[in-house]
Amino acid sequence: MKNTPALTLHIPEPKYRPGDTPDFSDLKLSEAGAVRRPDIAVEPHEIHDLAFTLIRVLDDKSQAVGPWDPKLDIDTLKRGLRAMMLTRVYDDRMYRAQRQGKTSFYMKCLGEEAVAVAQAMALDRDDMCFPTYRQQGLLIARDYPLLDMMCQVYSNERDPLKGRQLPVMYSSKEFGFFSISGNLGTQFSQAVGWAMASAYKNGDRIAAAWIGDGSTAEGDFHHALTFAAVYRAPVLLNVVNNQWAISSYHGIAGGERSTFASRAIGYGIPGLRVDGNDFLAVYAATQWAADRARMNLGPTVLELYTYRAEGHSTSDDPTQYRPADEPGGWPLGDPVNRLTKHLVARGAWSEAEHKALTDELTEQVKAIGKEAEKYGTLGNSTLPSVKTMFEDVYKEVPWHLRKQRQELGV
Amino acid sequence: MAQMNMIQALNSAMDVMLDRDPDVLVFGEDVGYFGGVFRATEGLQKKHGLKRCFDTPIGEGGIIAVAIGMGAYGLRPCVEIQFADYIYPAFDQLVSEAARLRYRSAGDFWAPLTVRTPYGGGIFGGQTHSQSPEALFTHVAGLTTVIPSNPYDAKGLLIAAIENDDPVIFLEPKRIYNGPFDGHHDRPVSPWSKHPESEVPEGYYTVELGKAAQVREGKDVTVLAYGTMVHVAKAAVDDSKIDADILDLRTLLPLDIGAIVKSVQKTGRCVIVHEATRTSGFGAELAALVQEHCFYHLEAPIERVTGWDTPYPHAFEWDYFPGPKRIGDALRKVMEV
Repeated sequence: MKNTPALTLHIPEPKYRPGDTPDFSDLKLSEAGAVRRPDIAVEPHEIHDLAFTLIRVLDDKSQAVGPWDPKLDIDTLKRGLRAMMLTRVYDDRMYRAQRQGKTSFYMKCLGEEAVAVAQAMALDRDDMCFPTYRQQGLLIARDYPLLDMMCQVYSNERDPLKGRQLPVMYSSKEFGFFSISGNLGTQFSQAVGWAMASAYKNGDRIAAAWIGDGSTAEGDFHHALTFAAVYRAPVLLNVVNNQWAISSYHGIAGGERSTFASRAIGYGIPGLRVDGNDFLAVYAATQWAADRARMNLGPTVLELYTYRAEGHSTSDDPTQYRPADEPGGWPLGDPVNRLTKHLVARGAWSEAEHKALTDELTEQVKAIGKEAEKYGTLGNSTLPSVKTMFEDVYKEVPWHLRKQRQELGV
Repeated sequence: MAQMNMIQALNSAMDVMLDRDPDVLVFGEDVGYFGGVFRATEGLQKKHGLKRCFDTPIGEGGIIAVAIGMGAYGLRPCVEIQFADYIYPAFDQLVSEAARLRYRSAGDFWAPLTVRTPYGGGIFGGQTHSQSPEALFTHVAGLTTVIPSNPYDAKGLLIAAIENDDPVIFLEPKRIYNGPFDGHHDRPVSPWSKHPESEVPEGYYTVELGKAAQVREGKDVTVLAYGTMVHVAKAAVDDSKIDADILDLRTLLPLDIGAIVKSVQKTGRCVIVHEATRTSGFGAELAALVQEHCFYHLEAPIERVTGWDTPYPHAFEWDYFPGPKRIGDALRKVMEV
């Protein structure tokens, strides 16, 4: 017998399951304003601490404090609030549309609106985004037509993607929004290639990519960080840590051992950990990383620490695996409420204005929704011509696809 | 015109395209300063600069992903996967991403990348340096799969592949990279100078994708082959008294069905040859297509001569390899019906 204990296997489990009372009091959350803001030319090894702290700007009194305050003017903040609220109203309508049988599937980003909206606003309009399916706020912040988004979700005759893609897998080169893949993580390393191409062509556009905490376990995450570090690619590598990958908590992706921002350290890339529900913190950190990329200083990993307040998708019931009241207990609050309170605290917003904007956006989405439904909903519309099913597999339709099209009789 | 072996012809294709198009980039494991383990990119970095031809980390999935991103930007990357046996880590990026991008974005994004990779056996490479995975790629909607069999075609097809706006899997038969192969592993080979297809123009030209080449004209039986097997098929036919029509398919997808149908309707017999394992191999697709298009012209069952359904065995290379004897047996078998 060896004089050592028997080996034991560790299987991570979240602290709270349905029926438990969630308690987040042990989370180490930095005070707003407490984290230092280094110069963008800092050496990555000098800021390892920033991968473990949490960049926060909005304090408990809804004031913007500390070195990361991006000092945004009121108009910019109002635009941000509007885009986040519009995203939420749009999500609500499409979620209901799925429940009403008008489409097969929908995914909300409730609680994560600040991630996409603040980042879109901190980036340049023509920077290229490689999103996951939960960054619809990028399109909305860039004023992509909601009608086109709805028609995509309905796979109707006006669907820009011709009924080929699962709902929410939008694509728009014109709006700098790369075609979303349902295979998780693949876009992360592609963004690095796009950024390398921009650098190769001596351009001024940078790339940004998003990935979930769960998908950081994919090889594509490692490829992205390796290639980005090796070729000093002008790219933002965003990890949206919303705590849950369908039913698996972040610990299943290694979140118990270290932060996701700290993954960057081994690659020699700066890693920042940011309060993802703090619009100002997300904006400021994104701006810092974008400035670095534009100054040829290379990639940055941003962990956007947030919480997925809804189920993974309309096919998911989160009360099966986490306490029903866990979303309400998230200590970093709700991004829309927090920015609203900040605007109120600055004397730039009122309850009446908020209600008026809510009503306006609700009416707007309702009107566009009705228009979208005129073009049909899934299974209840004139689809794009079935002929188009055989197009775009290749640039030109090859003989075998022409033959198969004839076989189908179209 | 210059005398080139296949490596030199491939090198010349990339050299020509790096000269012609500033959006063409060449990269992969060991391809930069060193020029690749098979020397296919030798001298390209020195001539065209570090930014045009460079080394990558050992991460095939990353290489292909980066090429997709570059393609989406508007570049034309031509990347090397060191051996086709190493391409599997990149499979998701090829199958779910490169192949699907144009379709899923309704023509908004596409990835015009060329993936060069040495494949096939005959060099005692064992099971991780000898595989023929072409059927995995022909099965994927959106990919174009090309396999040259000689220096002239290699250069012209590679230039056409780089210029193609769809992703191309370009499989290079490594057995005939340097010297030719006359089909018999145990006999001396004639040098490339004895093969007219080693006369290669030094400048730009293309060989159209999707077109087969007639290697030998005959009336008794059609032999469908590609890559190294074209040379083995020729040897087998030469050793027999059978007057075979040999087609070198060159592009597996899109396939030159017209050439195949014309030949089989003429001969009424068909032997399909490939090095890859048999079950669900590309030969199965060819056999299905031949019977669909030529059933009433067929005088005998279609024969397949392929690698066995085993991993590629190091010490039994020539027992595994579909050599001239096995092809000859198949030819005689279809002629006896």
